[in-house]
Amino acid sequence: MTDFLTLSLAEITARLKAREISATEVATAALAAAEASQGELNAFTAFDRSRTLAMAEASDQKLAKGEGGLLEGAPIAVKDLFAVEGVPTTACSHILDGFKPPYESTVTSKLWAEGGVFLGKTNMDEFAMGSSNETSYYGNVINPWRAKGSEAKLTPGGSSGGSAAAVAAHLCYGATGTDTGGSIRQPAAFTGTVGVKATYGRASRWGAVAFASSLDHPGPFAKTVKDAAILMQAMSGHDPKESTSLPLDVPDFVAAAAASVKGKRIGVPKEYRMDGMPAEIETLWQQGVDWLKAAGCEIVDVSLPHTKYALPTYYIINPAEASSNLARYDGMRYGLRVEGQDLTETYEKTRGEGFGHEVQRRILMGTYVLSAGYYDAYYLKALKVRRRILEDFDQAFAQCDALLTPSTPSAAFELGSKSADPISMYLNDIFTVTANIAGVPAMSVPAGLDASGLPLGLQVITPALDEATMFSVGAALEDAAGFSHTPEKWW
Amino acid sequence: MSDHSYVLQGTTGDWEIVVGMEVHAQVASRSKLFSGSATEYGAEPNTQVSLVDAAMPGMLPVINAYCVEQAVRTGLGLNAQINKYSRFDRKNYFYPDLPQGYQISQFQFPIVGEGEIECERDDGSLFTVGIERLHLEQDAGKSIHDLDPNATYVDLNRSGVALMEIVSRPHIRTPDEAAAYMKTLRTIVRYLGTCGGDMEKGQMRADVNVSICRPGQYEKFRADGDFKHLGTRCEIKNVNSMRFIQQAIEYEARRQIDLVEEGGTVQQQTRLFDANKGVTRSMRSKEEAHDYRYFPCPDLLPLEIPQARIDEIKAELPELPADKRKRFVNELGLSEYDASVLAADKDRADYFEVVAAGHDAKIAANWVNNELFGRLNKEDLGITESPVSAGQLGKLVDLISTDVISGKIAKDVFEILWDEGGDPAEIVEKRGLKQVTDTGAIESVVDQLIAENPEQVTSIEKNPRALGWFVGQVMKAMQGKANPKAVNDILRQKLGL
Repeated sequence: MTDFLTLSLAEITARLKAREISATEVATAALAAAEASQGELNAFTAFDRSRTLAMAEASDQKLAKGEGGLLEGAPIAVKDLFAVEGVPTTACSHILDGFKPPYESTVTSKLWAEGGVFLGKTNMDEFAMGSSNETSYYGNVINPWRAKGSEAKLTPGGSSGGSAAAVAAHLCYGATGTDTGGSIRQPAAFTGTVGVKATYGRASRWGAVAFASSLDHPGPFAKTVKDAAILMQAMSGHDPKESTSLPLDVPDFVAAAAASVKGKRIGVPKEYRMDGMPAEIETLWQQGVDWLKAAGCEIVDVSLPHTKYALPTYYIINPAEASSNLARYDGMRYGLRVEGQDLTETYEKTRGEGFGHEVQRRILMGTYVLSAGYYDAYYLKALKVRRRILEDFDQAFAQCDALLTPSTPSAAFELGSKSADPISMYLNDIFTVTANIAGVPAMSVPAGLDASGLPLGLQVITPALDEATMFSVGAALEDAAGFSHTPEKWW
Repeated sequence: MSDHSYVLQGTTGDWEIVVGMEVHAQVASRSKLFSGSATEYGAEPNTQVSLVDAAMPGMLPVINAYCVEQAVRTGLGLNAQINKYSRFDRKNYFYPDLPQGYQISQFQFPIVGEGEIECERDDGSLFTVGIERLHLEQDAGKSIHDLDPNATYVDLNRSGVALMEIVSRPHIRTPDEAAAYMKTLRTIVRYLGTCGGDMEKGQMRADVNVSICRPGQYEKFRADGDFKHLGTRCEIKNVNSMRFIQQAIEYEARRQIDLVEEGGTVQQQTRLFDANKGVTRSMRSKEEAHDYRYFPCPDLLPLEIPQARIDEIKAELPELPADKRKRFVNELGLSEYDASVLAADKDRADYFEVVAAGHDAKIAANWVNNELFGRLNKEDLGITESPVSAGQLGKLVDLISTDVISGKIAKDVFEILWDEGGDPAEIVEKRGLKQVTDTGAIESVVDQLIAENPEQVTSIEKNPRALGWFVGQVMKAMQGKANPKAVNDILRQKLGL
């Protein structure tokens, strides 16, 4: 019996602590489930069985002595963007073929320090560039959810699609992700899981392959808001190796997730009411408003006037930084090398074959917007708009404590349906990019199902450093929604 | 200024040159600008490389606060504005020895703004060069092309080493002034301890911008600051010795003049100096110039330095060479020449100050500059390696200034100090080298010489300059210990001169 895999992180760690089950037993079951799912879900890119079992064994020894951290003995999956020492870390790009880092990312180090057991590396869009997991060199992940009466393969969202799928399919008790424009929150919404990114700088970027540095936020996927708070708590904290890491103590997120929201002012930004938004999304949003009102919140209409510029701004800053961050992949020191007649040709072939189309597109766009003659019109303008968007949030948060919006403009879509049209793919991030541009905390909480039985999420955004309010509002939504759906196992 | 003008004759008239320099000075620091790797010179290739320096995936830079303070110190030494806010940008270009694919530099907001320094020409005259800015940046690695005919090797030991790029105004008018500017900068950074200044180790190297103009145009440029009065400049990259700087400018000026006089126009371009052939060669034209796509480095926060910290650093600054030179002249009474030779090097100046402390400064300067430096140069030793300590030399100076020994004997004592060491006063005492000032003893020698050499006495009456022969004979008879002044006086008196 492996029913315990469907338990939440908080539940399994309680059982582990009570010695009702051993970490080795849990890890063995999780590994088996994860490996068995690979043929259908393709959520993982690498396992390290001996490492997993050794970590579980170490947890058992600690638990036997009554010791252990926040995550002691719980298997955690890791997005392939994070360096795990000695384990292939490729950002799901061909160009990082065979790269095994001799170092451990800060986020994973912190998770292991709290007793998390490494389960495996999860699949993702190449260099986190994508919203459907279809740009992965290792093939796309399949969403464990299916529409009612359909066997069509759906996207788990992206870029952290493998992590989202692994949590939704109960293959692990939590997973790391990174959110640059919605890469945690959108897949969380598509898989009925909780996805969080905290304030920029709360969780260190050290050891996570850089995509767009000023927008990259590490964060967790979890089955519940409480689990998400535990994981966020574990992975946060000042990192002297990261210059933009916040030199602040981490508040008690877990306690915040249990706090009352009575009297909290919830802002509803009118600009998020997009033309052509499905009625179901509109209805769910209103439902969220009603739930929070019932929980004692005050509802405030607010305005974020520069929202319509957020996506274009994002798609200038993001590729600009990415084009520079990806310059280091030259085939010389690690990863793929495709030999040419001379050095230049070796570079060209390596980068030409090593990077997928979406990555090449971003490098080209980024190079273009930073070029002399275009810089002022694109990059500099984008920085100015970024400032306006920050001011929008400042003004909105003068009137409210948290914002409530939909997480995505739709439920999970069919694989292949948007991959030919980058713009329609980019529109997936329309509700999520603003929080990355502003660096403020945001989370997606599963709130209901659409007509075809697919999960939908609501997004909570709070002011910088106020993750506590985000977790409390998220927990209130979770309580009210009573979302207990789980995908029916078909894989 | 006209005394120092550098006028080149062309077939169409006279030409002058205008030079500005960008000097890269390696920050004296044990670790790199953004990583903890060592910076020691001459280590085995790729032994001082961190994960950050090798640009491994997910690695991030962390600023070295000491390097920032070194830049502030240097800025203060250049009498420059220290910017309390500065920022790092990425300068993007693709090159085998640049693992990140970008160099972290300061483009828009450098840490140091405008300043100026006073430089000295070979003839001792002074000129002022404006400093436009100083910014911090990381060095690249080194490509090694000569180990294998078919491959280039890369050594990343230098990758990430902190550099200060010091940009001058185009206030340099001759090849000699360019070298003088470089020497002054080197002296300043060595005084400050912010750069070793060793050009052979690549600790300082210069990009030299050269243009030509007709006489009078530069003065117009100085009056209104408009570059239209000047010619198009060419930048000669990475010149790594004083002599090469001069040669490169001389060659480049003549090249531009010939080009213009043959009806061509100077194209803005980057050139390389070929030291073997003494020529500059085009590296890339303006059209081929890199588009560096500068943008703020998202991995680093802007640098903010509190005024209080700047004030502290300022208070701790050592006396700089220009101030030291003035003090040596005004307070110690040294000649401009002696003062500037001594002040040019901090170790020498420090040595001299010990020799001069409480003793005759002029004699001290003379001995340090001539006897000591002469001997050190001969033996190829640095001042810090001198076998004769400043304390010993100070005592020797005292013996000279109090007439205990003559200058000539002092040279013998100096030799003894050099070879055997010891206390100068004891050496003089034990070896009986004290100067004889007893006029009776001198008189008896003089009387005897006059009596024995009547023909010399006759000749000296016709030619008083022949007195030297008698002085020499007296000194010889007294083993050089006679006081020369007393000998002279007595001889003149006895010979009726």
